Amino acid sequence: MEIPKSFLGYKRENGRAGTRNHVIILPVDDISNACAEAVSNNIKGTISLPHSYGRLQFGADLELHFRTMIGTGKNPNVAAVIVIGIEPKWTKRIVDAIAKTGKPVEGFSIEGVGDIDTIAKVSKKAQEFSMWASEKQREECPISDLWISVKCGESDTTSGLASNPTVGNLMDKLEPLGVHLCFGETSELTGAETVCAKRGKTPEAQKKFMKTWSDYNDFILKEATNDLSESQPTAGNIAGGLTTIEEKAFGNFQKIGSRKFIDVLEPAEEPTKGKGLYFMDTSSAAAECVTLQAAGGFNIHLFPTGQGNIIGNPIEPVIKLTANPLTAKTMSEHIDVDVSKILSREMNLDQAGDELIKSTIKVANGRLTCAEALGHKEFVMTKLYRSA
Amino acid sequence: MANTDIIIHDEKDNVGVVVIEKITPNQDCNCWIMENDKSAKILSKSEIPLGHKIAMIDLKEGDTILKYGHDIGKVVKNINKGEHVHVHNVKTKKW
Repeated sequence: MEIPKSFLGYKRENGRAGTRNHVIILPVDDISNACAEAVSNNIKGTISLPHSYGRLQFGADLELHFRTMIGTGKNPNVAAVIVIGIEPKWTKRIVDAIAKTGKPVEGFSIEGVGDIDTIAKVSKKAQEFSMWASEKQREECPISDLWISVKCGESDTTSGLASNPTVGNLMDKLEPLGVHLCFGETSELTGAETVCAKRGKTPEAQKKFMKTWSDYNDFILKEATNDLSESQPTAGNIAGGLTTIEEKAFGNFQKIGSRKFIDVLEPAEEPTKGKGLYFMDTSSAAAECVTLQAAGGFNIHLFPTGQGNIIGNPIEPVIKLTANPLTAKTMSEHIDVDVSKILSREMNLDQAGDELIKSTIKVANGRLTCAEALGHKEFVMTKLYRSA
Repeated sequence: MANTDIIIHDEKDNVGVVVIEKITPNQDCNCWIMENDKSAKILSKSEIPLGHKIAMIDLKEGDTILKYGHDIGKVVKNINKGEHVHVHNVKTKKW
C-alpha cells in the first residue's frame, strides 16, 4: 500500500497541527471543577476537564501537575483554553506557559468573586473562543505532523500475538516518514526490561531507561503487599490467558515493532529531540497513561486491547484495535479496527498494519473514534505522593 | 492450508496459544510457528479456552516457560505435554 503523505488537520500558531479543534475549560484544582463544568454546560463547542487534584501538592508531584495542565493546554488538538483556579497565582503560571504557543488563552480565579459571577464572566470569554475556533478549517498537513502515542489495555495473549504487532508494523512504516511516536507503561515492561533497554538508540538513552525502570520497580516492591496478583497482570489479563508479568511485558513490547527510542521522557514531558520514537515514564493504567501522553503533545492515540478496554481521552482521539474475535463481536461498539483475522491467518501483519494506517488517517481527518462517539473523556492526573 | 488451532511465537517456545474458541481434551491440534512459518501437531490433554496456553513438551517443577523465545516465568507444578499452562502451574520470577 502506498502510505498517504498528508492528512487534514488544524494548523496552529506554533507550527504544530491538530487532529481536533477543542476549546477547553481547564480547572487548576478540584474545587474549580463546578465552575468549569457550568461554563461548558452554558457554552456549546467547549469541554471542561474536571479532575481530582491541584491543592497543596508540592515538589516533583506539583511540577508534574503543572506539566500535565500546561501540556494539555498546549496540545495542538486544543484551539483555545480557559483556565479557572481558586487563586490567581497557580492559574497565571499555567496561562502564561500555554500562551507561549500563541493560541488564545485566558485565566480566571474564583476567590473574592464566587462561582456565579465567575461563571458569567468566563462564559462570555468561552463563547468568544468557541465561535472563533468554529471558523477554523482543516488544511492539508504533512503526515509528519502526526504525533502518535500508543498504550495497550485489558491485554490478553491475542494482544501479543496480533494487535500489538499490528501497531509495531505501523510504527515501522510511519517512523521513516518523520512522525513522532511514544510508548510508555514502565511497570508493564517488567520481565522484558533488559531487552527493551537495548532498543535505546544511544548508551545514554539505554542507561536512562534502566534507571527509570529500576526506580519504578523499587517503588512497586516497596509498596507491594503480595505478588501483585490482580494488579499486574490484572484479573482481566489472567482471564484472557496471560499468566505472568513477563509474558505481558513481551506482548506489550511488540507495539514498537523494530524501532529504537531516542530518549526517555518524564511523565507529561514534551519531546524535544526531533522526530522518532520516545519512551515516556508512565503508569500502565490506561487513563493515566494517555492523559500524560496527550500532555506531552501527542495528537492521536493507538490502543490495542484484548479483553476490551473502553478508554477515551477528552482531547486526544483514541483508536482501538483488537485481535480477539470474541471481543470484536461482543464489544463491537468500542472497536475501531478488527484485526482478529490475523489469528485465523486470513490476514497478515503487513495487511493489518495498512488497515491501521488507513484508520489512523481517517480519524486524523476528523472521523470520530468509537470512544469519542460513546462520550469517553477520561482525564486522569498522575499523582506521585500525598499532598501536604 | 489446515485451520490453525494454536500459534507458537518462536521456535524455542515450550508453550503455544489457543486461537480458536476452545480446544477440547484429545483434540488433534494444528500449530503454526510464526517465527519460521513451520507447522506442528499436538494432542491436547485439557480443555483450553481462546488465548490460553498449552504445553508443547513435558515440563517439570522449576523449569522455565519460554514464549517469544524469552523467559516468562517458572513451572511450580509438573505439567504434561498437551495440558493447560496458566496461573495454577506457572508463576512469575519477578514479584
